[in-house]
Amino acid sequence: MVKAEGVHKSFGRLEVLKGVSLEVQPGEVVCMIGASGSGKSTFLRCINHLERIDAGRLWVDGRLVGYRQSGDKIYELRDADVCRERSQIGMVFQRFNLFGHMTALENVIEAPIRVRKIAKRDAVAQGRSLLQQVGLGDKIDNYPAQLSGGQQQRVAIARALAMKPKLMLFDEPTSALDPELVGEVLDVMKGLAHDFQTTMVVVTHEMGFAREAADRVLMMDDGQIIEEGTPEHFFTAPREERTRQFLSAIL
Amino acid sequence: MASDTAEPVRPDEIKAIPVRRPGRWVAAAIILYLSAAIVKSVATNPRFQWGVIRHYFTSSRVLQGLITTLELTVLCMAIGIAIGIVLAVMRLSPNPLVSGASWLYIWFFRGVPVLVQILFWGFFAALYPRLSLGIPLGPQFVHFSANSAITPFVAGMLALGLNEGAYMAEIVRAGFISVDEGQTEAAQSLGMTRLQTMRRIVLPQAMRVIVPPTGNETISMLKTTSLVSVIAVTDLLYSVELIYAVNYRTIPLLIVASIWYLIVTTVLSFGQYYLERYFGRGAARELPPTPLQRLRRSLYFRHGY
Repeated sequence: MVKAEGVHKSFGRLEVLKGVSLEVQPGEVVCMIGASGSGKSTFLRCINHLERIDAGRLWVDGRLVGYRQSGDKIYELRDADVCRERSQIGMVFQRFNLFGHMTALENVIEAPIRVRKIAKRDAVAQGRSLLQQVGLGDKIDNYPAQLSGGQQQRVAIARALAMKPKLMLFDEPTSALDPELVGEVLDVMKGLAHDFQTTMVVVTHEMGFAREAADRVLMMDDGQIIEEGTPEHFFTAPREERTRQFLSAIL
Repeated sequence: MASDTAEPVRPDEIKAIPVRRPGRWVAAAIILYLSAAIVKSVATNPRFQWGVIRHYFTSSRVLQGLITTLELTVLCMAIGIAIGIVLAVMRLSPNPLVSGASWLYIWFFRGVPVLVQILFWGFFAALYPRLSLGIPLGPQFVHFSANSAITPFVAGMLALGLNEGAYMAEIVRAGFISVDEGQTEAAQSLGMTRLQTMRRIVLPQAMRVIVPPTGNETISMLKTTSLVSVIAVTDLLYSVELIYAVNYRTIPLLIVASIWYLIVTTVLSFGQYYLERYFGRGAARELPPTPLQRLRRSLYFRHGY
């Protein structure tokens, strides 16, 4: 579903990604862990082409992200094509980023109506059932400011799911939440992983979630993936010293 | 005598004697006394000529002038807002030539006094006696004289509208900047185009920041339109000027104009309040009450005790 080969990305003189390679199979749940500044969020944003990569190759579902290759030439994609690619990838942000001037339901139906061009009635029906699914059937007419952080994040997940994405990206979805609200968001995500076999790439520090839902865990450090394995591997016998340090700091 | 079946006793409600605040009463008395003195002096001074004011207040020439003033205000603000949005989008463009052009426009129109701009447009025919419609630097299709196309009204409208555009551009830009970048990112991640993101996500939320200064600009514009009297547009001010040039009742007629300006300003302020309330939805947990709701609530609390 996702394939990366030697992805590099710099912001000015600061090199954030120094050759990231990985492959994510359809239906797989991959957790990325690592200290802040290690490049995991940046890599996630590259998958959605919110950031442009400088070197290497990145494919989603067999298509180059943000570019088109013909022969040995690479062309930049037109804006409309970039939008179409993005619309098939759901993204959930650390700070929720719900549209503040829209109710929960309006947030969920906006993109299906404007981007997918589906009829409003169908979008509303789908939006209601999605909000029901994330446990917010009674909050559909609330504005984001009237919802708790956990509720906002669940609306954000419903909003991403409304586009029926092939792939879901989660950028530290629980790190802006109060501790007692983390569980409700993780439960929704576990549901996606188990019941719907959604392909997910999750940047998180929730090792509990990684253990329960992830097929694979990647440890990033200084712009590179330094260790990868099953969640069990990380809990029992992490190989790298850097990984051990990191895990003992967060567990 | 505590028994375990008894309900917890609610302590007596506090019935405190309020603190006496003599200072407030003194201040109120002074203000009432001074207001009464001003009202008496204004009402009884025959030189205000209230009869004349009443006579001209609804005279057809004054009302005609008022309508011209209102037309100018609405048209100029419409031009200003339209130009302002375009300039603000241009200013934030990644293309340096586009954002530079916007900067230049704002620099020029903010830099020249608006009265001078009105005069320039009034004398536009001296610069370009003949106007034509066609392809710039290419063939022209229609020709007409500048004097017939740019009437004083059009000159005033162009001057004030183009000038307003420069100010509105900065207001709109401030609004755009105030919207969190996460909103744009979320919209992009859903596959919305730049234009959709601007129109559906950024602009509606920017409006919360844009509306209050725009209301301010509208009220300011209402009064600035009086400057067009210098190029003989018969707005509210010029209409009363024409009347008192004949009958020399200068003060009462200026008061007529002032009262009309105050009335329209009041109406505009109300409109702004409701507009702010509309665009504030979602920003606060609860919408602020309308003046009517506030009145009802305060009455309820007085008596509901």
